[in-house]
Amino acid sequence: MKYFYFIFKNLTRKKVRTSLTILSIMVAFLLFGLLRSLSAAFDGGAEIAGEDRLVTIHKVSIIQPLPQSYLAKVQALTGVEKATTANWFGGYYQEKKNQFAQFPVLADDYFDIYKDLIKLPPAQLESWKKNRVGAVVGRALVDKYHWKIGDRIPLIGMFPQKNGSTTWEFVIEGIYDAKTQGADTSAMLFHYDYFDKSRQFGEGTIGWLIIKVKDPKQSAQVAAAVDALFENSFAETKTNSEKDFAKSFAKQFGDIGLITTLILGAVFFTMLLVAGNTMAQSFRERIPEFAILKTLGFSDVTVMLMVLCESLVVCVFGGILGLMLAKFIITGAAVEFAATLPGLGMSWKIMGMGLVLVILLGFITGAAPAIQGLRLNIISALRRN
Amino acid sequence: MSNSATLEKSAKEVPASNEVLANDVLVSLTNISKTYKKGKELVPVLTDINVKIQRGDFVALMGPSGSGKTTLLNLLGGLDNPSAGELIIAGQRIDKFSSSQLTKWRAQNVGFIFQFYNLMPVLSAEKNVELPLLLTNLTSKERKAHVAAALDLVGLADRAKHYPSELSGGQEQRVAIARALVSDPNLLLCDEPTGDLDRATADEILALMQELNQEQQKTIVMVTHDPRAADHARHTLHLDKGKLIQE
Repeated sequence: MKYFYFIFKNLTRKKVRTSLTILSIMVAFLLFGLLRSLSAAFDGGAEIAGEDRLVTIHKVSIIQPLPQSYLAKVQALTGVEKATTANWFGGYYQEKKNQFAQFPVLADDYFDIYKDLIKLPPAQLESWKKNRVGAVVGRALVDKYHWKIGDRIPLIGMFPQKNGSTTWEFVIEGIYDAKTQGADTSAMLFHYDYFDKSRQFGEGTIGWLIIKVKDPKQSAQVAAAVDALFENSFAETKTNSEKDFAKSFAKQFGDIGLITTLILGAVFFTMLLVAGNTMAQSFRERIPEFAILKTLGFSDVTVMLMVLCESLVVCVFGGILGLMLAKFIITGAAVEFAATLPGLGMSWKIMGMGLVLVILLGFITGAAPAIQGLRLNIISALRRN
Repeated sequence: MSNSATLEKSAKEVPASNEVLANDVLVSLTNISKTYKKGKELVPVLTDINVKIQRGDFVALMGPSGSGKTTLLNLLGGLDNPSAGELIIAGQRIDKFSSSQLTKWRAQNVGFIFQFYNLMPVLSAEKNVELPLLLTNLTSKERKAHVAAALDLVGLADRAKHYPSELSGGQEQRVAIARALVSDPNLLLCDEPTGDLDRATADEILALMQELNQEQQKTIVMVTHDPRAADHARHTLHLDKGKLIQE
C-alpha cells in the first residue's frame, strides 16, 4: 500500500497517454459488455428452455403449417403427458415499429405446459377462457404500452380476416408474469379458435406443436415417435427439444455467439497490442529510474510488481469504467427493447467474465515490462542515464 | 608501502577532533579483481586491489576515464560482485552474497549519490527522500520525521514540497544527499557528485559532504576527476588501468 502513491504518480506522469490508454480499454470493455449481453439475450430462450418440452415443426421450415389434427394424434402417443399448439401471428400495434410476439394458443393447456416459466392468476385465466376475443399479455408489454385489464387492443395482422380487414381487436383479460428469471413476458396470447375461424385462409392449420413429455429421459424416443408418426405424410415433421428449437430459432439471425466472439477476439487482440506497447514504452522511458530504485535496495520482485501494478491499475480502471457504462446502456436498452428482445440485460455472470478479462489483460500487457523490470541489470541501466 | 598502510598512516595525521578511529576498518578489499567478458575475450577492469578504509574516513577515488573507478565504486556498493578476491564491509563478506542478499544489504548499509542526482521527477523532494524508508518497517509518521530531519540536515527543509524540476542543480544534489543519508547508512558512495555543478555550488556540496564526514562521522568514498573536489577528502586513491597506484 505504501508504494501506491509512487505507482499513482508514475501513472499520472503522462496524463494524456494514460487517459488515452484507459479510454481505449474502456471502449473495449464497453463493447464486451454490450455484445455479450446481446448474445446472451439471443441465447436466453435456450438457457431457460424446459428439459421436458419438445417442439414439433414442419420438416421443411417453421413457416410451413401443420394440420391441427396432428395434436390429437400426438396426445395419444405413449410418453406424452400433454401437448398444445401455437401459431405465428406477426401483427403490430398502432405503428409497424411496435412489433412483438403474438401467438394464437389453446387457453386450456398453454399455461399448464409453461407453468415452470410463467404464471397467470387463475381468475384472469378463467375470464380469458370465457371471452372469445380475450387476450393475455406479458408484464413487459404492459409496462411498455401502459395497458391494463379491460383495454381493447387493435393489432394490424399479416393474416386478413374473412371480412377483408387486417385489424384484429382483442380485450386484455389477464397479465402474466415470469416465474423464472429470464422468462419472456413480452408476448400476447389469444384464442386459437377465434384466430382460426376468423382468418381468410389457412383454417385448420397450426404453426407448431409443444409437447410435454412424462419423463425427460425419454425425450429423444418421444421426438422420434412423433416424427415417425407423420413420416411419408404430406406434412412431415421435425421434433426437437425446446432448447435446440430455441437455439436454431436464434440462429436464424446468424450465429450471434460466434459473431460476438470473433468481434471481441479482434478487439482484445488489438487491445493487447495497444496497451502492451504503451506499457512497454512507459517502462523503457524509465529504465534508469528503475535502476535507481534497485540501487536504493528495492528488490527485483518489488520492481516487477510495481510495473505489473501500473498495468493492472490502468486496465482495471478502464475495464470497470467500460463495464459500468455497458451496464448503464444495457439497462436503458432493456426497457426500450423489452418487447422485441426479452431477457436483454447485463448479468453478473457477464460482469464477472469482464472482470476476469480485465485482470487477465492487465497481467498480459504488464508481463513483458514486468519481467524486464525483474531482470534489469543495475549497472547497464545506469550507463543509459 | 601498501595502500592500506598508507591510509592508516594518513589517518593518524588528521586533527584530533576529526580523528578516524584507528583499527576500526569499515571496508577491506583483498586481492580484488574484476573482469568482464567481451565476446570470447576476458577484459580485466580491476586487478589485485588491496585497500582498507577506516570508519569515518573520506576517500577520493581519482584516475583517468576507464581506470576502473566506477567499477570499484559499484563493487563497494554491492551493485556488482568481484571476479576474485575478498570484499568485507562492516564485517560482512559481501562478495559471497547472492543478488537478493546484496539488495537487502544495500538498503541498510549504503547511500548512493550520483553525478546527475537521479531523483524521481514525479516525486517531491520529501517523497524522493522517503523512498529508501519505504523498505523499512517504519510507520508513515516515523518516515516523515526521518525525512524532515534529513532535509533539515542538508538545508532544504523549506523545499520539501518542491519537485526536482523546481529546484536548482545544487538543491537537487542536496535532496539526493538527504535521500542517501535518510536510512543512516554505514557508507556513502558518491560518483562524481559535483560533475554537473558550477564551481560555487560544487564547493557548497563538497563542504556539506565534509560536514557530514566530520560531524556525522559518515564514511564517504567519492569518485571524482576534479582535484579541487579531491582536496576536500582526507585521502585520495589513484587508479590507473585497473590498478591502484600510490596516493
